[in-house]
Order: sequence, then structure tokens, then C-alpha cells
Amino acid sequence: MGLTTGSTGRRAVDEGLAIKRQSPKEKVIAIAGNPNVGKSTVFNGLTGLNQHTGNWPGKTVANAQGRCQSGLHQYVLVDIPGAYSLMAHSAEEEVARNFICFGAHDGVVVVCDASCLERNLNLVLQTMEISGNVIVCVNLMDEARRKGINVDLQGLSRRLGVPVVGTIARKKKTLSVLLTALDGLMTSKVQHCRTIPYPKAIEEAIAVLTPAIAPIAGEERARWLSLKLLDGDELLLKEIDARYTVFHNKTVRAALIQAREILQKNELDGEHFKDAVVSSILKEAESICCETVAKEGKGYSEMDRRLDRMLTGKLVGYPVMFLLLCFVFWLTIVGANVPSQWLAEKLGVVQGWLSAAVLALGAPRWLHDMLVLGVYQVLAWVVSVMLPPMAIFFPLFTLLEDAGYLPRVAYNLDRPFKRCGACGKQALC
Amino acid sequence: MAMICKKTMAQLAPGQTACVSCLHSKGPLRRRLLDIGLMEGTVVECVGCSPCGDPKAYLIRDAVIALRKEDCGEIAVR
Repeated sequence: MGLTTGSTGRRAVDEGLAIKRQSPKEKVIAIAGNPNVGKSTVFNGLTGLNQHTGNWPGKTVANAQGRCQSGLHQYVLVDIPGAYSLMAHSAEEEVARNFICFGAHDGVVVVCDASCLERNLNLVLQTMEISGNVIVCVNLMDEARRKGINVDLQGLSRRLGVPVVGTIARKKKTLSVLLTALDGLMTSKVQHCRTIPYPKAIEEAIAVLTPAIAPIAGEERARWLSLKLLDGDELLLKEIDARYTVFHNKTVRAALIQAREILQKNELDGEHFKDAVVSSILKEAESICCETVAKEGKGYSEMDRRLDRMLTGKLVGYPVMFLLLCFVFWLTIVGANVPSQWLAEKLGVVQGWLSAAVLALGAPRWLHDMLVLGVYQVLAWVVSVMLPPMAIFFPLFTLLEDAGYLPRVAYNLDRPFKRCGACGKQALC
Repeated sequence: MAMICKKTMAQLAPGQTACVSCLHSKGPLRRRLLDIGLMEGTVVECVGCSPCGDPKAYLIRDAVIALRKEDCGEIAVR
């Protein structure tokens, strides 16, 4: 049994998620990021086969944990579901937010796509508002360079105030810088959360609320908690109340009323408040990107455009899709024949030995038939028929996925599927 | 303010570029659109149209994103 988070001296607020530490010295690192930024590749690259998967308690959201060893520390990496923001619109985002906010981790790595960093910075900034121990891992550096996008990693690090590393997760060697950065983060002092400048009225409201919350939740969290209390997202309020019981506190309640009045006076309540917060973060991301990302030409190159026109065009989109999928099926069916036959032959030879062995042991005929013809032969047939097609089809499909073709199929088929009450994403599930 | 929006994002033809002037979407959709970086002042370019014509692809902050007509019909552009 691993040690629980409680025994490491921290409050056991890990969302009920069992983090399996083998020793209290192990550091828990959350790996967060937008969907499709190679987050899982980073996770797999670091942990290898040293991982196990499960579900987040109470939610059907997959969770993977894995270990890796650096020069200084042993890490437990927790793969957090991909999310564009921490303002929880889906079960995945809720899980991601709760773990980043309340999970017992020693740091968060936010994986970003170098080719659209600006959008990714939304999540980075939101994470940095909650936790100071953040490393930004700018992934897909090769792809960005191919698109003529250059990210000034040092400038980004300076501007964000946290370590930034550039990686190409497919090349495992490039991940060593991430490990080095993690080691550095563990030895450095606890960083402070980032303060994102909000419109004046919101800042005033926060200033009213923070002094009331700081004694309960600590200085570090007070600003973010104030912001979220003003936001009034019910799910999050429940989480916050469960951990800090702020609503029973008279000072907090009084301050909250006062702060809400300020917002109301400035017409920044409800939806307007959320809008203002999001725009402030986006503007911050925009200004950071302006200084640190250099683009030669357009990010979405002429070649990509031409390819997309072919794969999703009005006239050629469907025929290309049909032919491509037919090719995959053809290759699966025809290609599987050879290994299928080979397997059947070899397994048949083994059956001969087995049969001879069972009979030599003096087993009665019925037992021989049951074991050799019943159990073994059926198994051999199933394996020789099923294994080769699967061994061909799934890698091919993965290839299509990696090439980014599957989202395009979803895009092509969205309309027809919508008619049937489904959505394009379901086309390939 | 009372003016009815003349053009929405859904009306952009492939190749056209526009600037978001107002986000009329409500609720969770609004949040989602903001998350992907769509807000007042964001420059969007329609880069393609799916074979059936409905989801269209837009270039938003360097990312190509497909949006359905019903989802971006309430985004006014200029």
C-alpha cells in the first residue's frame, strides 16, 4: 500500500482520486493541456509502460497515472483530461479544474501547442492564477517551425514568470529538458500565483472580498477564490464551500454582498462579469503572444489549405473519404490473409504435438477431444482469424488519427449525422 | 445598439475575413466560444466549407475550428 497524501503532511484534498505514491518523497505532477496538443504523448514519453489507468471517482472520465524518474526525484504524473479552460463546461473540464485547484499536487505542467500558443495561453494563465508551481511545456515545436512560427521560449518564460520548455514529444530525447525543469521547480521556493489585471470594478470587488477570505484560505488562494465567489458558478461554489466553508462565515457573506453591489453598480454582474473576466485573460494572452511569437507568413499555410480543400471539398471530400476508408478496409482484409494462413498453419502444427502429447499421457478420447479440439482448436482459429486484421486495422486507424484525418471525417459527416440526431464525432466511434 | 446585426459569422464565404463585432450567443455556448478565443474584436477567416455546406471551418487565433451554422449564426461580424 502506498502512503496517502494525508501522511505527507498536506491536506488530503485530492478529489477522492487515489494517487499511488510508493514513498512520501514522490512528487505528484499534474499534466494539463488543451485537447490535441500531444499531452498524452508527453505523458507516455515520460512514463513509458510505467502507468496505470482508471476513472476519476464518480465520473466516467479516464484517468492515467504513471511514474518517472529524474536525476533528483521520483515523480507520479497524473494525466488530466484535455480542457480549453478551467471554467468547467463539461465533466472533463470539471475534473481538470478540481484537480488543479484542489488536488494534492506539487506542480502542474501545462502542455501547449506551439503552433497556436495564444489559444493555449488561456489555460496557462487560468492555471497560473490558481497555482504558482507551473511549468509551461511548449510542444510540437517542429510542427510550428514547419509552419513558420517561432516561439521565443526565454521571452515567454520571462513574461509569464514560470519555467518554459520547448519539446517535440515524439522525440523522447527532447523531454529531458522537461524533467530538468521539473527538478528545478521542486527545489525552488513556492512561486506566487499570477495576478491577471481585471477591469477596475472587478478589482475593487476583489479587494473587498480578499481580506475576508485570506484568513480562511490563505493569502495565496484568496484572490482566485474571491474571483470565483463573485463568478458564482454553482458547481465550483459547492467545491469551494466543501473545502473552506466560506459561506457560514459572516465576514465573507457581508463582504460578498458589498462586492456584488460594486459590480452591480458598474453593470458587471452575471454574464457581463464572466465576459469581462474571460476577455481580460484573452487580452493578456494576446499581448504575451504579440511579444513572444514571431510568424513568417500565415500559420495556416497554403499547403494545408490545398490539402484541406481536397479532403473536405464539396465535390472531392466524400469520394476521397470513401476511397481512403475502402483502402484501409481492403488492406485490412487482403493484408490479413497471409498472416492468418501462416498463423493457422503454425498453430495447427502445435495442435498436432498437443494431440500426440495428450494421447501419450493416456487421456481418454473424450477428454482429448474436449481439450484439443474444443479448447485449443477454437482458440487457435479465433486467434488466427482475428489477430491479423486487428493488428493491421488499428495501427492504420491510428495513423489516420495522427495525420489529423479523423477530425476531418467528423467535419465532413457532421451534417448527415446531425440529421440522425448524432454528431460528426460519432462517425468513427 | 438597437441596430439589428447585418452580417453573421455563418454568412462568411470561404476566403472572407471579418472582425467579430458582437457575441449574441448565450449560456454554455457563449462560454465555449469565448474559450476558443472568440470575442469582440477577434479576427476570423472562413477557410472552408464541408461537403454538405454546414459546418464551416474558420481560422481563429491561428487554429482552424469547425463551427455549425446554428452555433455561429449569432455572432455578428463586420
